[in-house]
Amino acid sequence: MKLPMKVMSVAAVAAVVASLAACSTGAGSGADAATANLDARGPITYVQGKDNSGIVNPLVEKWNADHPDERVTFKELTDEADQQHDDMVQNLQAQNKDYDVMSVDLVWTAEFAAKGWLQPLDDAGIDTSGMLQSTVDSGTYNDILYAAPVTSDGGILYYRTDLVPEPPTTWDEMMAMCPIAAQNGIACYAGQFAKYEGLTVNATEAINSAGGTVIDDEGNPALETDAAEQGLQNLADAYANGNIPAEAITYTEEEGRIAFQGGKLMFLRNWPYVYNLASTEGSSAVKDVLGMAALPGTDGPGASSLGGHNAAISVYSDTKATAIDFVKFLTSEENQRFYATQGSLAPTLSALYDDEALISELPYLPVLKTSIENAVPRPVTPFYPAVTNAIQDNAYAAIKGEKTVTEAMTDMQNSIESAGSQ
Amino acid sequence: MTTTTSPAPAPGTDLHAVTAAARAKGRNRERWASARTYISAVVIIVWCLLPAYWMVVTAFREVAFTYDPTPWFTHVSLENFETAFSTERGNRFGQALLNSFIISSVTTVIALLIGVFAAYALARLNFRGKFLILGVVLGASMFPGVALVTPLFQLFTNLSWIGTYQALIIPNISFVLPLTIYTLTSFFREMPWELEEAARIDGCTQGQAFRKVIMPLAAPAVFTTAILAFISAWNEFLIASQLSNSATQTVTVAIASFAGSQPQEEPYTAVMAAGTIVVVPLVILVLIFQRKIVAGLTAGAVK
Amino acid sequence: MSTETRARSAEDPNNPKSTGRSPKSNKALKEVGEDRRAATQGRWATILIAPAIIILGIVIVYPVINAIIMSFQADAGLDPETGLFTEGGFAGFSNYTGWLLQQCGGPNGTTVACSPGTLGAQFWEAFGTTFYFTIVTVALETVIGFWMALIMSRAFRGRSLLRASVLVPWAIPTAVTAKLWFFIFAFQGVINAVFNTDVLWTGSEGPARWAIIIADVWKTTPFMALLILAGLQIIPGDVYEAAKMDGASTWQRFRHITLPLVRPALMVAILFRVLDALRMYDLPQIMTGGANGTTTLSILVVEQIRQGFNAAAALSTITFLIIFIVAFIFVRFLGANAVDAATTSTRAG
Repeated sequence: MKLPMKVMSVAAVAAVVASLAACSTGAGSGADAATANLDARGPITYVQGKDNSGIVNPLVEKWNADHPDERVTFKELTDEADQQHDDMVQNLQAQNKDYDVMSVDLVWTAEFAAKGWLQPLDDAGIDTSGMLQSTVDSGTYNDILYAAPVTSDGGILYYRTDLVPEPPTTWDEMMAMCPIAAQNGIACYAGQFAKYEGLTVNATEAINSAGGTVIDDEGNPALETDAAEQGLQNLADAYANGNIPAEAITYTEEEGRIAFQGGKLMFLRNWPYVYNLASTEGSSAVKDVLGMAALPGTDGPGASSLGGHNAAISVYSDTKATAIDFVKFLTSEENQRFYATQGSLAPTLSALYDDEALISELPYLPVLKTSIENAVPRPVTPFYPAVTNAIQDNAYAAIKGEKTVTEAMTDMQNSIESAGSQ
Repeated sequence: MTTTTSPAPAPGTDLHAVTAAARAKGRNRERWASARTYISAVVIIVWCLLPAYWMVVTAFREVAFTYDPTPWFTHVSLENFETAFSTERGNRFGQALLNSFIISSVTTVIALLIGVFAAYALARLNFRGKFLILGVVLGASMFPGVALVTPLFQLFTNLSWIGTYQALIIPNISFVLPLTIYTLTSFFREMPWELEEAARIDGCTQGQAFRKVIMPLAAPAVFTTAILAFISAWNEFLIASQLSNSATQTVTVAIASFAGSQPQEEPYTAVMAAGTIVVVPLVILVLIFQRKIVAGLTAGAVK
Repeated sequence: MSTETRARSAEDPNNPKSTGRSPKSNKALKEVGEDRRAATQGRWATILIAPAIIILGIVIVYPVINAIIMSFQADAGLDPETGLFTEGGFAGFSNYTGWLLQQCGGPNGTTVACSPGTLGAQFWEAFGTTFYFTIVTVALETVIGFWMALIMSRAFRGRSLLRASVLVPWAIPTAVTAKLWFFIFAFQGVINAVFNTDVLWTGSEGPARWAIIIADVWKTTPFMALLILAGLQIIPGDVYEAAKMDGASTWQRFRHITLPLVRPALMVAILFRVLDALRMYDLPQIMTGGANGTTTLSILVVEQIRQGFNAAAALSTITFLIIFIVAFIFVRFLGANAVDAATTSTRAG
């Protein structure tokens, strides 16, 4: 009759044994790992999120043909950024030595680096001189290069050439054009204002474009400034007076694109992919009147938030020499061009943006170059998940008018300070 | 002639009229009851199928018209189904269907076996610690699933189980086990156990008596539990997304890994196509199961 | 009981005394027999229950213990010199008080009230939201599920079609369901198109919550309906016939026959729905991302895991305790019958 209790204790013992086993791998430090296996070569794995345009396999095949003893296996993760992040965290925490090279979203770079999971690349001989500076900054944490920029992305202002002959260069100019939209019975401006990562992108763009900053050079939040406040105020005002339509607070990238493609929106802040779809899709009503310009700022081009992915090497990799070579291979000019032409992914090498052949294929490149040159990486901080949450929550409330912009900035500031002082 | 159409008065009319009226009233009430049943059935069917209908409409729509809200079939195309199965686009949906089927079936069978044993003990046997055991079983359904992933990941990494079927089957069993045990226990409590005892007097062993007498009676409960276990294993995503690899990827993970042709493009139509593909075999399977339930019922009734 | 004694003693030919048909005849003997019976039953129970407990032990108990241990450690802090994270060390109950009292880290290791935009500030709101969703969805699902089960249990032509249809919402994977409803409730979605409205379903609290409730009720009612249907099916038909003969009305039959007899199955169904609803994650996460008062405790756990695992472990444990209390109330006071009936003997003994 006490036997069921015995079963319980067996289970409990099993649990304790298992937890000890987990502890032994759970709490290692990356410091020693960073100096190990630097010269080792052999097969490696390349981990990346969903390969939308099918360009990774050809690249890997090309590499494997030349490196039969150092073959690369491509591990494809899902399309969802959060799931990619969590998968990489799980494997790095478990010190999985098979995650040799990872395609890291630039906003995770600082977090992974601070956790000691990324191999410093300063001595790896990766040539960053020809790369756009903002992309290099996005792979740099604490003045050390931890990830090599592979693809980039920046915001573009799409506009209707039939309604707006000359695109606005400043926010005020754009707002002044909104009556044209009203006369045509369509909405004026939209970006990504639903409460998700896209709102962080849009809110930081507004703040940076107005001359403010989210995190200063010392790594501290600096949101309680007039400039930063003005940036968010611009969005809140436009929402209040209808220049940003009410439905925009439910918009992610896709809803905005659909409204614009359906001819219901005059200005749209979005990524380069919109060009590829709005200029070709059968349902697009704006194929022939599709204009592209740099994001508007205070008195010139605005500061886009930077997107893109960097290639990083896990400290737990046991074949780092091969991994470094593969990262160099991904950032080579030849393959950067391949990314752009075959995958419509913006390169990180500056020279390619002025390449006539490429521009004829991807007409948004000049605009995108301006955008990326003026881009500010989203806050480079190991506490990024907390920072983005603080920005989203408060920017959303401020845009909807649930709190004043001043309150929102104070709350943002305090929340980010809390995150950094755990 | 016209007069003959109205029934002529006859002796004993009163009595006849009364019974006829009563019968008519009864028939009317029955007819009304069955009409109500049909109306209810139609309402339920519409409620359940209307959103699914929209899923199917979207599944058959061209990608370019994903957001077209026309509520009937327009811009019909099969491209989404092709996309779902397209290995060129990295969608291993066929393999995933097979994986999900294997994982869910094994989960269901094992969970039911273990569950029937445990429920039998809990419902039929006297022993101490019953409350504790019921508590532990129920407690297993109280912890946020997301918080289980990291420890399990580390445990299975140590065992080199990542990317194996058992890494997905064992957690799935434990997720469906609490419901299985509770449902079966509650149904076993209601069973007429004197029949089992009678069977044993007739010379059956305890196991035979249980299998031949009680199981047929409990069939509706067992098959319902099996359906619920199968579907919840089939729908499991959290564990599968982190503990599987491309070889053991399940349907839910495969669907989540769909992507549009462009970085930010949402693959709604392909997801809806996949949803459509997934539902059909599941419903057929369940209908077969339900036949079994009815069979079990009649078998029980014969006893 | 007597039959069992009989059967057992039949298996035991070395004990001719116990073959006596009347255990009442000898009180001492009876007690020995009961003890022995209990021992045998205990052994059987162990063998039968062991597999379940072992599996639950590996997959659930171990992570729970793991989480509880981790919840007493502080999350890693940043070393300003190296820019690297360092171990947080022992934290006592600070992770727990952090959530319950909504205290966040302030400058120089002090604590301050969490400001809006931190996860800590959302705890009690998420708590309320979770209970709101649970109460509303489970209530609706119980009523509608019962109705569906009653209709499904009737014999009429087209019953197979009805049963197949009811299964469809439950059979669609949640990830697809959530995207489907997100799509339906989008501003440019089919609901606004069909009804010619422009409601921002996910743009403010009331509509956002109801969009999620509708989606959840649609998806999960079949679960309730199936379990209740199974409960209805083991009610012998002659009980109704007898009641009809006695002139009981439809309502009386429902109230005095159906409800009591189906109650064990119903309570198990409700109990498990409550446990599931209290951990609701996918639907609100995909449909609203937790905006506009739809952040549940599970969403908070996921977000916190990304920000710091130890505080997340504390939050998971708090959630576990909250759910435990709810389940306890259910079992103890609302008579979730499976447990009640199964434990009477334990409590009596």
